Amino acid sequence: MPVEIRKQAFQPWQVLQEYEAGQHAQVGGQYGATAVFVGTMRDFNEGDGVSAMTLEHYPEMTERYLERIVEEAEQRWNLLDALIVHRVGEILPADAIVLVAVWSAHRADAFDASRYLMEELKSRAPFWKKERLEGGGERWVEHNTPDPGAVDLSKDHQS
Amino acid sequence: MSIRVKFFASLRERVGHSERELASDVASTVDEVWTQSTEGMEMPANLLIAINMDYVERGAAVTDGDEVAFFPPVTGG
Repeated sequence: MPVEIRKQAFQPWQVLQEYEAGQHAQVGGQYGATAVFVGTMRDFNEGDGVSAMTLEHYPEMTERYLERIVEEAEQRWNLLDALIVHRVGEILPADAIVLVAVWSAHRADAFDASRYLMEELKSRAPFWKKERLEGGGERWVEHNTPDPGAVDLSKDHQS
Repeated sequence: MSIRVKFFASLRERVGHSERELASDVASTVDEVWTQSTEGMEMPANLLIAINMDYVERGAAVTDGDEVAFFPPVTGG
């Protein structure tokens, strides 16, 4: 269940296709559900046009936390495989920022686990976005907005 | 040995440096590391802290050889 930080732009569907054809092929035939989330850079935020973004991270800690949240998801749901790819560096509108994919026997585990991975990534993995505004100037994104529909971890999950 | 201190993102810009090395006898808690490495700047309310790349609370103990990191709320994804 790999996690990967990329410094260069990536095509999420191509990465997914290559991954499924590669090391992931060993679980082929076992899964009935694949949930995929792709986060993409917008050209607007909080009412302003955004022309580019710099994504900074804390090397090593980032990988450690991505691996940790994947392990947590494995303990909560029946997963056959998972993949997280996250960009850092200079990012342009329409570029993929993050790819999360989860494979499981049934859809509930795939949906819930992929959402869990995204929400935990957004609240715990040490990445920071700095936006370059169309009108000039730069600003740090101050916080991620919590998802009101996120999986409630206070409840025991029945898989 | 010593304590390595790191700052990221907006906090790195505010503090004015990304990394500091402190003698291990000048600080034994996260709060003391902050004070020593920021010339007494006030701790932001939403500050996140990690020791050796694991999140800790304010007041956590720091020992010789630790890497202490200070950063704002994370905004990946």
